[in-house]
Amino acid sequence: MLLEAKNISVCYGAVKAIEDVSFNVDACEIVAMIGPNGAGKSTALKAVFGMVDLKSGDIYFDGENINNLRPDEHVPKGISHVPEGRRLFPSMTVMENLEMGAFLQKGNNTGAEIEKILTLFPSLKERRRQKAGVLSTGEQQMLAMGRALMQKPRLLLADEPSLGLSPSYVDIIFEKLIEINKSGTSILLVEQNARMALEVAHRGYVFEIGRIFMEDTGRNLLKSEEVKRAFLGGI
Amino acid sequence: MEYFLHILVIAGIYIILTLSLNLMVGFTGLAALGHIAFACVGAYTSSLLALNHGISPWIGLITGACFASLLGFVIGFPSIRLKGDYLALATFGFGVIVYSVSKNWVDLTRGPMGLPGIPKFAVFGFELQPVWAYLILVFVFVLLTAFMINRIVDSPFGRILKSIREDEVASLSIGKDVNRYKLIVFMVGAFFAGIAGSLYAHYITFIDPSSFTMMESIAVLLMVVFGGMGSIRGSFIGALILVIFPEMLRFLGMPSSVAAPLRQMIYGLLLVILMLKRPQGIVGKYRFM
Ligand SMILES: Nc1ncnc2c1ncn2[C@@H]1O[C@H](COP(=O)(O)OP(=O)(O)OP(=O)(O)O)[C@@H](O)[C@H]1O
Ligand SMILES: [Mg+2]
Repeated sequence: MLLEAKNISVCYGAVKAIEDVSFNVDACEIVAMIGPNGAGKSTALKAVFGMVDLKSGDIYFDGENINNLRPDEHVPKGISHVPEGRRLFPSMTVMENLEMGAFLQKGNNTGAEIEKILTLFPSLKERRRQKAGVLSTGEQQMLAMGRALMQKPRLLLADEPSLGLSPSYVDIIFEKLIEINKSGTSILLVEQNARMALEVAHRGYVFEIGRIFMEDTGRNLLKSEEVKRAFLGGI
Repeated sequence: MEYFLHILVIAGIYIILTLSLNLMVGFTGLAALGHIAFACVGAYTSSLLALNHGISPWIGLITGACFASLLGFVIGFPSIRLKGDYLALATFGFGVIVYSVSKNWVDLTRGPMGLPGIPKFAVFGFELQPVWAYLILVFVFVLLTAFMINRIVDSPFGRILKSIREDEVASLSIGKDVNRYKLIVFMVGAFFAGIAGSLYAHYITFIDPSSFTMMESIAVLLMVVFGGMGSIRGSFIGALILVIFPEMLRFLGMPSSVAAPLRQMIYGLLLVILMLKRPQGIVGKYRFM
């Protein structure tokens, strides 16, 4: 087991965002988390990355407890985070954004890493001297993913990578996720686009307000009546 | 002539304050509002060391800057966790506390009576008595500050400050220990402000809490914004113009009793015009908040 979250709870002040939630990710797996707005999917992801404090529960990465690590301590362990809404550095160029991903990290061959990422996302290559702020939303999403991949993660946490993208870019992003996964990176994916997410995912978790109420393979969840009714708009 | 040199000395001290605040506000995006508190600590530390213990102002200057930096840590530690406006309010609050301590801890600071007779700096046993000599001293410190801050913002470290300025969540996401960087910036900014305070004290040879009111913090912030956030050149321009311009009123025969409140009004008016017409400052790159 690469990542294991056991009975975790997170509060924002007095408000419980997630309670007693357990999930895990195996090596080379894509795992999707779907569920309605405000169900706590992003919170679960932030908890894994140390961006919010755990109220209770434990998180293990590679068998090691990572409950109390700060976000910057996750990166060297092999966990990278692509935040919701992309969050680039708008006045820096595409290249500079990529460099920032691996910036001041030891033992990283930045040049070679950048080449790999530009090969994965050819449309970024043409725009590498442009400011991140002028890219289209789809290109920005690729850049955000590329910036995280600069850290050579073993586990990539992606928060709603398809949000606000035009349909053709949504397809590309999901294709790239599969490609990234094929090269050996596990992915924990939070998505509003439940159908696409479950199609690419090996397994999925369905969130309801603050907790997980279903867990199965992606294929089975796609067929489940409950999931269909709630998220797939009646097929 | 001597008066003109005096104005330049004061402008030089403000340039140091402006540069150091620009590191925090302009280059890192921390809306810190109590900058003069650090100068206050620097000024009182080195003055008291000289007056009570006969310690050389040179050693006092370094000690004062270190104490200011320590205060930067104390103020920064809780404040950096706050966002935008809240950070501004918290640092403002700390500024008020420091002012109030300097006014009310009478046993140490003599409160509103102030500290008279602060010795001047001396080089090879000669006191820097003439204003031009002092101007050279201040000029050296201005260059030193500008050089250091330029080195910082041009370094890989500075690149991360820029990334924090652009998007804090993104900086966290790519694994930067944002709070540690912010705290270092607070301590470095406070250090240079402490130097400015000490330079001021040993120049005027008298300090009292009225030199370190919140109005001064706001004036320095205005110099940063006026010249340009995130611009070294801007800090020179902002401080020079805003120090020299009000002084010219005196040349026009305005009595001090009128010139002083007029200075504040001019500052207020400039701030409004600036926000409307040129929010990024004269040579700056970023808007304020
Ligand atoms: N910083 C915060 N402060 C207070 N409450 C928060 C904060 N972030 C999230 N919440 C609350 O916690 C709950 C879970 O939020 P979260 O963002 O994890 O949901 P989500 O499943 O990612 O939703 P979405 O699909 O809208 O992104 C919500 O009720 C939300 O209002
Ligand atoms: Mg979310």
